[in-house]
Amino acid sequence: MTATALAAAPQPASDPAAPPRSAPLYETYRFELLKILSLWRIRLLLLACLLGPGVLVAVMGNQSSLPADTVFGRWMGATGWAGSLVVLDAACSYGLPLLTSLVAGDVFAAEDRTGTWRHLVMAVRSPRRIFVAKALASTTVIFLTVLLLAVSSAVGGLAGIGNHPLVGLDGSVIEPAQATRSVLLAWLSVLAPTAAFAALGLLGSVVLGRSPMGLLVPALVASVMALAQLLPLPVAVRLALPTQGLVAWRGLFTDPPQTGPALLGLGVSLLWAATATVTAYRLFLRRDFTDLSYDGSGRRALAAAAPLCGILAVSCLLVGVATPAKGTGIDRPKLEASVATSFAHLYRLQTAELHRTDVTESQLAATAACDKGGNRVEDGGPGADWRCVVSWHLPGASAVGTAIYQLDVTADGRYVADGDGPKEVNGSFTVRTPRGDAPNPLWQIDGLVDLLDPTPKG
Amino acid sequence: MPAAVPRFLGVRSFVDGIDMQAPLAVRARGISKTFADVVALDAVDLDVTEGEVHGLVGPNGAGKTTLLGLLLGLAVADSGTLQILGTRVGRALAVPDGVAGFVDGPGLYPTLTARQNLSALTRLRGQGVAAREVTGALEQVGLGAVADDALRGFSLGMRQRLGLAAALLTRPRLLVLDEPANGLDPAGKNHVHGVIGALAESGTAVVMSSHRMDDLAALCTEVTLLATGRVVFTGTLSKLALESGEVDHKVVTTDRAAAARVAHGIRGLRVLDGEEPPRSRGQSELLVRGGLEAMDELVVRLVAAGLGVRELAPVVSPLESAFLALTGSSAGTSAPDDSEESR
Repeated sequence: MTATALAAAPQPASDPAAPPRSAPLYETYRFELLKILSLWRIRLLLLACLLGPGVLVAVMGNQSSLPADTVFGRWMGATGWAGSLVVLDAACSYGLPLLTSLVAGDVFAAEDRTGTWRHLVMAVRSPRRIFVAKALASTTVIFLTVLLLAVSSAVGGLAGIGNHPLVGLDGSVIEPAQATRSVLLAWLSVLAPTAAFAALGLLGSVVLGRSPMGLLVPALVASVMALAQLLPLPVAVRLALPTQGLVAWRGLFTDPPQTGPALLGLGVSLLWAATATVTAYRLFLRRDFTDLSYDGSGRRALAAAAPLCGILAVSCLLVGVATPAKGTGIDRPKLEASVATSFAHLYRLQTAELHRTDVTESQLAATAACDKGGNRVEDGGPGADWRCVVSWHLPGASAVGTAIYQLDVTADGRYVADGDGPKEVNGSFTVRTPRGDAPNPLWQIDGLVDLLDPTPKG
Repeated sequence: MPAAVPRFLGVRSFVDGIDMQAPLAVRARGISKTFADVVALDAVDLDVTEGEVHGLVGPNGAGKTTLLGLLLGLAVADSGTLQILGTRVGRALAVPDGVAGFVDGPGLYPTLTARQNLSALTRLRGQGVAAREVTGALEQVGLGAVADDALRGFSLGMRQRLGLAAALLTRPRLLVLDEPANGLDPAGKNHVHGVIGALAESGTAVVMSSHRMDDLAALCTEVTLLATGRVVFTGTLSKLALESGEVDHKVVTTDRAAAARVAHGIRGLRVLDGEEPPRSRGQSELLVRGGLEAMDELVVRLVAAGLGVRELAPVVSPLESAFLALTGSSAGTSAPDDSEESR
């Protein structure tokens, strides 16, 4: 084909009165996806998400030393599902916000760097569609990485360790079929907060343009919120942050499941996602694409911060009004109930390991008496100074068994109860079974207090 | 019932060899555009007929890029009316089908290959261009061998050619180009000139900015000269040359001193050198400034005085002189350049 031929090729008939046609949304989305996937850093990220978790879980699950300080870490050698949840916990701590920074935090800024805004606006002829396509494409890639993390960790765990029952965060045994459903639900539940951070990434990219700060917005916001989660903030503030959605999945592994925090986390995350996306959209439409030297950095920061502060205030108010929990959400009665329940479940597990006669939780009638920091400290809130004495009954025996635990309770309701004796119950990390030494399930207990659960009466 | 709006508003007459009755591809009236407190365009009128190559020229900050941006739908004018291909452009950031081009470079994606860039563009335009057409366009602009290479390794000239190929694939009826020959070697420039000429012959209107007067002279049938957002000239190149006024000329004779004495005696002619010419020029050169009539008189008198005239040539071309005269610029400081800011 010659230049003349190209120039003289039949021209599409157009009606002068017809409004200009924008590019189809699907084609614009496809183009944005192509651009994101053509970046080497994204390709490497996807490859790492595909291979990394699976290998890690398979290798770690077969080590003698397990990451007992992470949620479900101590059970990695017992079932493949625990490995997937360890990966999920790590992803929620820092992985997902960082991932959204790499993808969504750069999706608008990349056009500023390459000087391609004009080309894109001319080709698509609709800034609205450009925004929608970019948001959809970046969210697609982010969700794809979450999917790869989930599949890789589950496959690695099942292949390396096996499809065995999982011990929940209240000591209850979750059968493999139920564990499959719960793990899948847990991964699905983090999509909403991930979308919220992706929206913050879009907002940062629109507001800060070429500035590297734009790329870091989701990671920085997540870090600040994670720091806030460490503080004994009122439960209304804690639950009003999108980071709540990244820890609420833990409640799915209790019996009954703690669905309140999970549903609230879902709602709050979607609210944040919608507010950040709409703010980014409105700011993006105001942009002047003829001036390449102006990327909008700085000037729009205030316009972006105001709606987010507003949504934080509204979320706090709604959560405060709509939920029964007050203060930090952690108090003595809730903790006592949680520790006693977990102990009873795990006692049965220990009994089974030792091939003793099975007992039921109701037969054990375990209770706990907890105290925080002695008489001078109020018995409520997070802290590493909780001490609980667990009592239980054995059928046919008149004596009451007791065991002591030192608790480290974090502000998100999670706690680790460290056995402090007697030695034959919880003082050693192994128990002697007919087949040799095995991990002692009562040595350390991972538990979770439902922050939204009203304090038990009586 | 209101009268039907005419398809195109061709209202002018046949002037300087240009068919002014041809349909107007661009009709702008009183276009103004302000960025904060900077007036980028101030009541600009522009008419471009189909099949015409129209040049935009002006110094830095004259408003060329802003005007090209308006034609490409990248911005909306604050006031005035703009019709493109018979359609009035409203407040939306979009122009009708059939408009293609680029400003500040073709703006293609460095991580994608040349083929991916073109294919994506045609899909976005909803054209459904066959793969072989994309291949053909790439081969036509001399990029067939690197069709599947990522753009990050392309030179400026290669990107310019790819940008032109992208525009051609959309089969434009209005092509808007910002410095299309920028970064091209002489062969590449000739090739681009050929493509633009062929497009114009097929009826496509072309609006292009260039800092090279030779490019404009080779391609344009009309030019519009902008200065500080205002139109200071619009018309044919021959008409522009007449606006040049007094032009600096270099005169090389057999006797510089005698030639200077002759020149001093001619009305309307000034000798710009002193007794000795600057070292940068030859010892037999004399620099004079005057109109065409004064130059004619100089030649006659030099010959009458028995002096051999070896060379008489303008220091800058009449078009550049016109540019400098109309924009109030000086030759040493502000010829139109290729580094215009985005406004």
